Order: sequence, then structure tokens, then C-alpha cells
Amino acid sequence: MSTVRTVDVSSGTRDPHETKPDPARNRAPRRTWRQALRRDWQLYSLAILPLLFFAIFRYLPMIGNVIAFRKFEPGGSVLGEEWVGLRYVRMFLNDPTFWQVFTNTLVLGALTLLFCFPMPIVLALLINEVRHRRLKRFVQSVSYLPHFLSIVVVAGLVVELLSGDGPVNQILRVAGDDPITFMQQPEWFRTIYVSSEMWQTVGWGTILYLAALTTIDDQLYEAARIDGAGRWRQTWHVTLPGIRPTAVVLLILNIGAFMAVGFEKVLLLYNPLTYPTADVISTYLYRMGVVSNNFSYATAIGLFEALIGLTLVLSANLISRRTVGTSLW
Amino acid sequence: MDRTRGYRVFQGVNAVILTGVVIVTLYPFLNVVARSLSDENFIRSGQVNLIPRGFTLTTYEYVISDPTFWTNYRNTVVYTVVATLIAMFMTTCYAYVLSKRHLKGRTFLIGIAVFTMFFSGGIIPNYVLITSLGLKDSLWAIVLPNAISVFNLLIMKAFFEGLPVELEEAAAIDGMSTYGILLRIVLPLSKAVIATMVLFYAVAFWNSWFSAFLYMSQSDLFPVTVFLRNLIAGATGASSVGADAMNMTVAANIKAVTMVLTILPILGIYPFVQRYFVTGVTLGAVKG
Repeated sequence: MSTVRTVDVSSGTRDPHETKPDPARNRAPRRTWRQALRRDWQLYSLAILPLLFFAIFRYLPMIGNVIAFRKFEPGGSVLGEEWVGLRYVRMFLNDPTFWQVFTNTLVLGALTLLFCFPMPIVLALLINEVRHRRLKRFVQSVSYLPHFLSIVVVAGLVVELLSGDGPVNQILRVAGDDPITFMQQPEWFRTIYVSSEMWQTVGWGTILYLAALTTIDDQLYEAARIDGAGRWRQTWHVTLPGIRPTAVVLLILNIGAFMAVGFEKVLLLYNPLTYPTADVISTYLYRMGVVSNNFSYATAIGLFEALIGLTLVLSANLISRRTVGTSLW
Repeated sequence: MDRTRGYRVFQGVNAVILTGVVIVTLYPFLNVVARSLSDENFIRSGQVNLIPRGFTLTTYEYVISDPTFWTNYRNTVVYTVVATLIAMFMTTCYAYVLSKRHLKGRTFLIGIAVFTMFFSGGIIPNYVLITSLGLKDSLWAIVLPNAISVFNLLIMKAFFEGLPVELEEAAAIDGMSTYGILLRIVLPLSKAVIATMVLFYAVAFWNSWFSAFLYMSQSDLFPVTVFLRNLIAGATGASSVGADAMNMTVAANIKAVTMVLTILPILGIYPFVQRYFVTGVTLGAVKG
């Protein structure tokens, strides 16, 4: 029911002159909603369940964010009991822990962007230089592998490798150093987080760049060679510009994910001892909301985080459209 | 091609770097396999690297004979199968609708899906929703909220858009209904993308843990990932900082086996399917 109404609402709000002329139906006369429904009702019927899914599991929670401004009682109304205005916003702005987790989020996000965004480009360029086909495919296949692991397994591997009897401490012992309890040291958390993130994502990240590399016209390289460009100059003037659109799109997506630093991984890897550097906004609001039942307070923090994320991705997209002419939409 | 000396040096350096990448990538896998096959005493004294020391299969026997592990492993299989089937049904339906360029309201329908990639309700409203829908402690808490991945949806839509329109038009002229066209013309032509999507969803559901962790309170409902998480948390939580070494190595032993068993199905199919994954991702990127 509600989905059909959603479709109808769009007909009311949308000016028919706004719809762009689609080349595929240039000659077809513009249809009214009644005609469209009569002709394509079977297609629309296929969309009902998916629309219900989006309405309930994606848009309802967005509306549910109003409990950031209302007092929510567990067991009471889903949308809260009474308006309290910006009380919860003021609360987290005055909360020292919030500022700590905010800083941690920014630092982890920045480090992830700094290390995990450029590495796939470098690796793709290196793999691309391998002339031996089988070897090339082998390196690729191996580097994708960690991407298919559950985050739980990755966390498990990290803990194993860094444990007191793990390989890293074995090396330290051989070198004559004392073993380090990595998982309990706040000063190690960022290194552990970023390097395990790199381990898991770098290979998978090369896929799109390698695909983009194959689309670069060989004639460009030939022209560059005739102009006397060596290997380095060819890479600089042909290869890198060739993958720039891909890089920009991925950069925008990465910036969009900036605030949502690996919630699940932090949750799996941190513990109260490493909170000073490990606790991020999403883990803090998880503890506040789900563990301590401060639903409204946690929602206010979550909404703040989501809005920053949205702003980041919108501005990154805008800037890139203005400056390099590539954008997501 | 270029036979300059500098380039040959570069090729050598490149080979060394890439060998390093391969070793670093594979080492954790090989180490955990070696640990899973080793005697706990050798692990405890830090002697297990790539080769199992004090080879033993008793840890495997121990873990497999643990009834909780078995139940959780079976749960993972069931959750993965059910969730993948439902997700495939939903995604295929919507992607097919979105691929019809002539459809009135198409931009709006696409917009509804794409917007959710950039803004979401957040953890707490989702938690409140699932709780108040009464989905806690049921399979549906895992399946329903993840029934459509917008990323997969866009890949599938791009694929459908690439199919020849004439085939469908001909079938429509022959009096076939939209459902008939989808089932008998489009789907048989889409085996490649369907296989890719099934893999994407199956791997994602197999690997997922957080929904179950959040919404399931009984250990016999857990998937194996939550079982593993609890093993790891038991050894890293602050409470165990001063825990006795004995306890931790036993856990290390068992953890290794559980990890190997969790990864095993993925490692088993990986060599055969990874090129599908690659095609899928590039397809989505080029056209989506």
C-alpha cells in the first residue's frame, strides 16, 4: 500500500517538463501516470517489495533519528515520548569523552585515507609492469585474498600475530628486545589499525586501477616514446592521467567513508586499556546506546556523525566536479 | 620492450617488492594454519612460524566435537543460504525495474536506492527498529535489513541495461508478460551476473557477524563468526590482562582451528570464483 503511494507522491511533486528526454524513447509520446501504470503495472509490481524494504529498513531509521531530539524510553514509542530540543546535542558537546572519540575518529580516518588510498595505485602500477602473465595473475590473486575474510577473522589474525608468543614478538626476542603487549598499548593501536586495514584492502583496491590501465590507448605511449619520453615520463604523462578519473571517484568515496572508520574492526580490536586512542564515535555511541541504554543521547551523536559524512561526500564531489571535472553524479 | 639498463634494474626491484607483498599477504594465513596443526606447548614457547611443530589433529577433533561450534557452523550455513536467496530475489526484481529506461518514475526509484549509500539511519535507530519489530533472536534480523545491497543492485542494473532490447521487444510482441520475459528471456541470459551476485552476497553473509552479535542473545543462534569473536574477545579483553598463560595458549590453539574452519569454505571456492568477483566489480565501476 504505502509503496504505491510513494510512487504516486512522486507524480504529484514532479514537474513533467523536468524529466530529461531519454534517447531510447525519443519518439514515444510522454505518458501520464495512468497510462504508465496501465502499461507497466507488472514492472511496478516487481518494485513493491524492494520499495517496502527501503521504506522500512532504510528510511524509517532515518526518521527514527528524531529521537535525538525527543526523550526515548525503552519499551515506549519508537519515536520517543516528548520533545527536548537540543538537550542531547548540548550534552555531547559538553562531554569530554565525546571530544576524545571525535579526535580519534579524525586521526584514524585521516591515517586510513593517507595510507590506504594511494597504496592501491602504487601496487597497480607495479603489478602492471610485470611482463610475465602467469606471475602477474598470481600476484593479483594473492593480493585480493584478504578482502574475502570476515572482519572477525582479520581481528583474530591480528591478535594471533601480535600475541606474546606470536611471530612479531618472536622477532623482537631474536633481536634481543623485550616482547610488547601490543593489544594493550594505546600508542600501538593506530599503527595496528592502519596496517591491518592496508593488508586487507590494498589488493582489492588495485582491481579498478588495473582495469583502468588496460583501457589506456597504446598509441598514447607510442606517441610519448616518439617524443622521447622515457619510462618515467610515460608513467607521469600517460599512465597517471589515464587512471585519474578512477582515482578521483574512489577518493570521493573514501572521503565519504571518512567518519565511518571501521566500526566493526575497532569494536573487535579495542579494549578499555586502548580506549584513549582506539575509541571512535561509532563505538562510543554503540556503548552509550546499546550497552548503556542512552538511546536518545547515542542517536544525537550518530546523527551528528552521519551529517558530517554526508557533508564531506557532497563537498568532495562538488570540489572535484569544479576542479577536475569528474564527479559521482 | 624497453631494454635500457635502468628499466632492467627497475624490473628487478619490482620483482623483489611484489614478492614481499605476496609473502606479507600470505604469511598470516600460513601461520594460522601452522598453529592450528601444532601442539600447544610449541605455540606457547613461540616456536610456531610456517611449519607446524608437534603435528597434531586433536585440536581439530576437539573443536569439531564441540556441540556449540557445530550448531553455530550449521547456523552460518543456514543463514547464508536463506539470506542469499532472499537478497537475490529482491535485488533482481528491483534491478530489472531500474534497467527499464522507458519507465516513468525511474529516476525517482534509482534516487531512493542511491541516497541510502550516502546517508543512513545509524546504529541506534536501526537497533530500536529491529527490536520493536520483534525480530530479535530470529534469522530475520540478519536477513531483512540486508536484503538489498545498493552496490550489487547497481552492478545488476548495469548488466540488464546492456542486454539487447530487441529480444525483450520480440517476446513482448509474441504476447509474453513482463514476468515471463524476466524469467524466460532475461534471467537465462544473465547467468554470469547472477553467479557474481550470489557470490557477493554469500561471502558477505558468511562473513557477517555484527547483526547476529547485536540481535541474538542465545548462543545456539550464533553464526560461527560470533563464536569466533567470543573466543578472541575472551583472550583480548581487559579482564584477561593478568589471565594465566595456560588459558591463553589453549585459546590460541582453538582460535587457530576455528579461524581455519571459518575461512575454509571461502578458500575452497576462491580459486574458481575470484575472476567473477573481479568482473563484477569492474562492471559496476565502468557502468554504475
